Amino acid sequence: MSNPLLTIEDVAVELPTPRGNLRAVDHVDLSLDAGRTLGIVGESGCGKTMLSRAVLQLLPKKATLTGRVMFEGQDLVRLSSESLRRLRGRDLAVVFQDPMTSLNPVLTIGTQLIETIQEHLELDAPAARKRSIELLAAVGIPAPEQRLAQYPHQCSGGMRQRIAIAIALSCEPKLLIADEPTTALDVTIQAQILDLLAREQRRRHMAMIIITHDLGVVAGRADEVAVMYAGRVVERAPTRALFKRMHMPYTEALLAAIPKLETAPHTPLPAISGRPPDPTRPLKGCSFAPRCRYAVSRCHEAKPGLTSAEMPGHLYACFHPIRMAEGIGA
Amino acid sequence: MMQLAVRAEPLLSVDNLVVEYGLGNKTVHAVSGVSLAVARGETLGLVGESGCGKSTLGRAVLQLRRAKSGRVLFDGDDLTAMEGEALRKMRRRVQLIFQDPIASLNPRRRIGDIVAEPLIIAGVKDAAERKRRVHEVLSAVGLDPDLVAGRLPHEFSGGQCQRICIARSLVLNPEFIVCDEPVSALDVSIRAQILNLLEEMKARFGLTLLFIAHDLAVVKAVSDRVAVMYLGRLCEVGPSEQLFARPAHPYTDLLLQAIPVPDPDVRPVEGVAIGEPPSPIAPPSGCRFRTRCPRADQRCSAEIPELREVAPGQFAACHHPLA
Ligand SMILES: Nc1ncnc2c1ncn2[C@@H]1O[C@H](COP(=O)(O)OP(=O)(O)OP(=O)(O)O)[C@@H](O)[C@H]1O
Ligand SMILES: Nc1ncnc2c1ncn2[C@@H]1O[C@H](COP(=O)(O)OP(=O)(O)O)[C@@H](O)[C@H]1O
Ligand code: SF4
Ligand code: SF4
Ligand SMILES: [Mg+2]
Ligand SMILES: [Mg+2]
Repeated sequence: MSNPLLTIEDVAVELPTPRGNLRAVDHVDLSLDAGRTLGIVGESGCGKTMLSRAVLQLLPKKATLTGRVMFEGQDLVRLSSESLRRLRGRDLAVVFQDPMTSLNPVLTIGTQLIETIQEHLELDAPAARKRSIELLAAVGIPAPEQRLAQYPHQCSGGMRQRIAIAIALSCEPKLLIADEPTTALDVTIQAQILDLLAREQRRRHMAMIIITHDLGVVAGRADEVAVMYAGRVVERAPTRALFKRMHMPYTEALLAAIPKLETAPHTPLPAISGRPPDPTRPLKGCSFAPRCRYAVSRCHEAKPGLTSAEMPGHLYACFHPIRMAEGIGA
Repeated sequence: MMQLAVRAEPLLSVDNLVVEYGLGNKTVHAVSGVSLAVARGETLGLVGESGCGKSTLGRAVLQLRRAKSGRVLFDGDDLTAMEGEALRKMRRRVQLIFQDPIASLNPRRRIGDIVAEPLIIAGVKDAAERKRRVHEVLSAVGLDPDLVAGRLPHEFSGGQCQRICIARSLVLNPEFIVCDEPVSALDVSIRAQILNLLEEMKARFGLTLLFIAHDLAVVKAVSDRVAVMYLGRLCEVGPSEQLFARPAHPYTDLLLQAIPVPDPDVRPVEGVAIGEPPSPIAPPSGCRFRTRCPRADQRCSAEIPELREVAPGQFAACHHPLA
C-alpha cells in the first residue's frame, strides 16, 4: 500500500471558555488516500469543523492543538505560516457551509477568481481570466463571462456555493475539505453541488473530506465514513460496511432518526432522547451513555477505546457493539 | 375551488390568493393564484424550493401580509375582509411557529414571560390563570416549568428554543397552526424529537396544521396531504402516500429524485436536478417550471396549466403529467 495523502495522528483541540477548558476534538486518528472521499458525520457541536480547521491550521488563535497532521510527508502543525499559506489554496482547499466565508463581498467574482489563480499558478492575466471562465462553466454557472463582473450578493446561495467551489478548485488541489457545503441549500441545489464535487473529484483524482450531519449525503458518495460524537471518532468503516453492519449504537440511532420516504405518515420517529454532553464537562464513561438504549453500568464508568471489528478497516468504540454475530441483520 | 377540499368541511380554505411585494419599481410575484383547503384535524404539508413563496403564503393566511387579491376563509369567515378587533380575536385561533427558534425569542425576556405574552395580548388579566396555562403548555412540550420559566433564551439549545416556541403557540388554545420550517434549523436527532412533539401536540390539542418545509421526507412524516409549490404557484396536491409513490408533476418528481438516500447501494443519479428557479420578478410565461422541465414543449410556454385531477384526490397543474 502506498502512503496516505493525509494522516491525522492523535489530534486534540482545546479551547479556553469562561466555563473552563473545552475539548472540541479528543484524540482523533484518521487517514485518507489520494483520490478517495472520507465522510465525517455527527451532530452539531461534535467537533467536525474544529477537526477540519485543525487539518487546515485555521483554528481560533486561543485554541491549542496537539498531535500531528501529516500531509504528503510533512507535518502541517510544524510548518511555517508562510509555507502553510502557499499550501492552502494550492494543494489544500476548503469549501465552507456559508460560501460568504470564502467570498469577499466587495470584490467582483472575476477579481477573486483571477487573483487566486495568479497567486498560486504562473499564469498571465488573460490566461487566468480564460481559466476562470472555464471553471465557472465547469461548476454550472450560466453565462460565465458576464458573471465575472458581478458581486457575490448578486448571486443566489446556490450560485455562491458554486463560485466558492470554483475558487477552491482553481489551483487543482490534492485535497478538498467541504464542511457542510450543502446544509444551507435546497435538496435540488444540494444534489447539483454534490454531483459537481463528485465529478470534479474524479476528473482531478483529488482527495475529499465531506463533513455533514446527514448520513444520507455520505451514503452514496464517500468511500469511508467516520462518525464523530463529543469530539471523538466513535465508528469508522468503509461506507458499505458501515451501513450494512454498524456496530455503534450512536450510528444506528443517527440513521434511525432520519425521516424516510418509505415510512407511512404519522409514524413516530425513533428520536435520540436528550442532547450531547456539555463539552466543558467531559463524562468519565462513554459520552453516549446518557442517551444510549444499550448502556449498562460499565458504560458510565469507563471510556471504550476504538476496537477493530471483523471487517478490515472497521473500528468502533463501544463495550456492547450491536450486530456482532453473523446473520444478525438490521 | 371546493373540488380541492377534502371530504370534510375545510377549516381553512385559500381561494385564488395573490401576494406581491414591491421592489423598487418592480414587482415580486411571490404567490400567484394559489387555492388550497385544509380540513379540521388535518395536516397539510407545503413543500418547494427556497423563495417559491411558502412563507409568504403562510403569512398571508395569518394576515401578517395582506393579499393583493383572493380570499382566506377560516371556519367560514373571510380573514382578508377583517380588521381591528375582529382580526385580533381571530388571531387567537390561528398561530405561527417560525424556522429560526432562537431568533424568534426575545433575548432579554424570561421564558415564563415569553410564553405568557400571547395571554396578556389576548387580555387574560388573572395572573394565576396565566401562570397555570404557562405551566401546562411548558410541561406539555417536555420542559420542566419550574426549571425553565425564570431563565433566558440564550441558556437553551436550538431544540429547546423550538419547544418554547411551540409552547408559546399553544398557550391560547388555538385551532390552527402554521408551522413555517419548524425543524429546518435543527440537527437530525433533535429534528426527530420536535416532529414527534408536534404530532403529539396535534393529537392532544386537536390541532389542524399547515406544515411548511423544503424536505419532502420531513413533510411526509407528519402530513396527511402534501401541496408542492414552485415559483408562486401550486404544481401538485394530493394524499401524501399517493403523491410520493406516483408523482404526476415533473417538479414533484425532480424533488423526490434529489433526496439523498442513506443507503450506499442506492447510487445517486447524477444530473437529475438542473438549474435554479428563475426570478419571481419576471416569471416565465405559461408553466413557470418550463425552463427546467424535461417535458416542456411549446404549449407549456403559451398556456398556464390548471390544476386537474389526475387520480382520486390528486391534482396536478401540468400539460404533460407523468403516467
Ligand atoms: N419583504 C419582501 N420584499 C420583497 N420581496 C420579498 C419579501 N419577502 C419575500 N420576498 C420574495 O418573495 C419570494 C417568496 O418568498 P418566501 O419567503 O415566501 O419564500 P419561501 O418559499 O418561504 O422561501 P424559503 O424556503 O427560503 O423560506 C422570494 O422571491 C422572496 O425573495
Ligand atoms: N471559536 C470557538 N471558541 C470556543 N468554542 C468553540 C469555538 N468554535 C467551536 N467551539 C466549540 O467546539 C465544539 C466543536 O465545535 P465544531 O467543531 O464547530 O462542531 P461541528 O462542526 O461538529 O458542529 C463545540 O462545543 C463548539 O461549541
Ligand atoms: S459503550 Fe455503552 S453507552 Fe456507549 S455506545 Fe456502547 S453500549 Fe452505549
Ligand atoms: S406544463 Fe409543461 S413545462 Fe410545465 S411541468 Fe408540465 S410538461 Fe413541464
Ligand atoms: Mg460545523
Ligand atoms: Mg420561508
